[in-house]
Amino acid sequence: MRDAHWPSGAIAAEFEDAESLVRATRELDRAGYAKVEAYSPYPILEVERPLFARPSRLPVVVFLAGLAGAVLGYWIQWYANAVSYPLNIGGRPAHATPAFIIPTFEATVLCASLAAFVGLFWLLRLPRPWHPMFEADGFERASIDRCWVAIDMTDDRVDARRTAADLAVLGARHVVRVPPLD
Amino acid sequence: MTATSVEPRAAEQRPAEPDAPEWPVFRFKGTDEQLTDLLLAPLRGGGPIWWALFIVSLVGAGLFVVSMWVTVAKGIGTWGNNIPVAWAFAITDFVWWIGIGHAGTFISAFLLLLNQHWRASINRIAEAMTIFALMQAGLFPLLHLGRPWFFYWLIPYPATMGVWPNFKSALPWDIAAVATYFTVSLLFWYAGLVPDLATARDWSRSRAARIAYGVFALGWRGSSFEWRRHRLALLLLAGLATPLVVSVHSVVSLDFAIAQLPGWHSTIFPPYFVVGAIYSGFAMVILLLLPLRAAYRLEDVITERHLNAMAKLILTMGLLLAYAYVVELFVAWYSGDPNERFTFLHERPFGTYSLIYWIMIACNVVAPHVFWWKRCRTSVAVLFAASLAILVGMWLERFVIIVVSLHRDFLSSSWHFYRPTWVDLGLLFGSIGFFGVLFLLFVRFVPFVAMSEVKRLRHELAANRGREIGLPHA
Repeated sequence: MRDAHWPSGAIAAEFEDAESLVRATRELDRAGYAKVEAYSPYPILEVERPLFARPSRLPVVVFLAGLAGAVLGYWIQWYANAVSYPLNIGGRPAHATPAFIIPTFEATVLCASLAAFVGLFWLLRLPRPWHPMFEADGFERASIDRCWVAIDMTDDRVDARRTAADLAVLGARHVVRVPPLD
Repeated sequence: MTATSVEPRAAEQRPAEPDAPEWPVFRFKGTDEQLTDLLLAPLRGGGPIWWALFIVSLVGAGLFVVSMWVTVAKGIGTWGNNIPVAWAFAITDFVWWIGIGHAGTFISAFLLLLNQHWRASINRIAEAMTIFALMQAGLFPLLHLGRPWFFYWLIPYPATMGVWPNFKSALPWDIAAVATYFTVSLLFWYAGLVPDLATARDWSRSRAARIAYGVFALGWRGSSFEWRRHRLALLLLAGLATPLVVSVHSVVSLDFAIAQLPGWHSTIFPPYFVVGAIYSGFAMVILLLLPLRAAYRLEDVITERHLNAMAKLILTMGLLLAYAYVVELFVAWYSGDPNERFTFLHERPFGTYSLIYWIMIACNVVAPHVFWWKRCRTSVAVLFAASLAILVGMWLERFVIIVVSLHRDFLSSSWHFYRPTWVDLGLLFGSIGFFGVLFLLFVRFVPFVAMSEVKRLRHELAANRGREIGLPHA
């Protein structure tokens, strides 16, 4: 996450639409800026390509949670019906695998879904009600129709004046300084 | 060899560009800001129609509370149920509501995995419908317990009494299936809702609204990191919810199928119930969508394309359901079992409740055939009437399965005529009222069209210059 730590703040710029945001992130990437984050009202795949290369670990976590759910679900039924309180109903086996499959399946889906949900917000470090980006004037339109770019001030390429000029050349409507985080 | 030699010719015959769609999936011409204004307009406040509907629904919900009160205070003797008809209205209502929920998951999860982009405009409404329908459904078995305050006995926990639920029974399966379905639907819905709540937060003018939406938006900023992980998590949740589309009603059907009763004891039940569930759910989605579309002027976002696609899905499900009915009749005849034959070939079509059976056939088997005609698939009046008929028909189907099968016991001395009491009717119509209250509040306070998904759809349509991107043809 490129906007989780901004020890000396960031420099942010507003763009008119998705097309200019895509162009800006591509050019910033080419110019050697490494700590760039983009904000948009909807996911833009072309922006993500220059910004991220590493795949997420979330699917692995979800898979393992599903597996744990399956084991736990089956174990509860086996312990309850075959060990702790076996009931003889018409001579049917106490350890009844076919009957146990259904709750096992449900436990798998439940645990995997909870992991996907909790994992998502844990990865995003949400909820976090305040973030320095919210201080940027006009940032509220980043969820409506405008797109934003923010560059961490600790980025090696950043020079307050030159970066602002670079962003203006790329078509930024206006460039603002954002207060530090952490 | 012949197959490979034929292939190039087939490729030549295919047109280079697919035909321009007859109905666009999205035809709003304004800016993204105007689109946001249009889609969030309901948040400004309810009009007179909203208030009128809300008050009617509230009266219905009041009836629900009174009926539940009577049920809990006096016991289920206030219902029409009596041996041999031990299950009647409550289980009919339960199966009906659960089934309605399935269309939401079908639209939001199944169609997401199938890359059907047109679902973006309607998935939020459908998901909300799922959650509210499940909230009604869950109450009926709970009330049917007679002593609902002991419902937790069905959940495995280390009790001081040293007893455990019996997992060879279908009832703990039901608890597991319905509780999982509700939880996963809620998580999926809320995870998808967070970016739109952020839009509502940034769009609202009043401080109270900004704080309220801000709390539920969790501080969403719309960064590309967030979007990337969000998309992945939603895809994973969709993948996990998709088996639930087919499994939940299968489990519900096992409540019946593992019993010995003629009319219930059948291997076709799981797929038959799933088809019926999606069928009734689509009817409910259309019933809710049409007034919303007209009231909030969403014709450019929810277009004829959506109505057409939904009508086609209804027709498909209707044909599958008719097939299941025919197979059921055939198997009853072919089994040679006199009890099976009596239930299916005599009692249902010509017995005490035959009128209900034939209304069910008219609603479920005959009505959907209007959708063979293109004009009917996009006519608001026909869609509304057919959806209403299907919802009635699907409720009657469950009544036929449950009451008609039960009221003719193996021993003719125990035959019984079932008649519902006012409490039964109060619970059914009350649950519809309660559903209405929840849905109207949702429309009033929650962004009911997935704005970020619609904006993305629009962006991709523009990038592809109107070429079709995984959209079904008109």
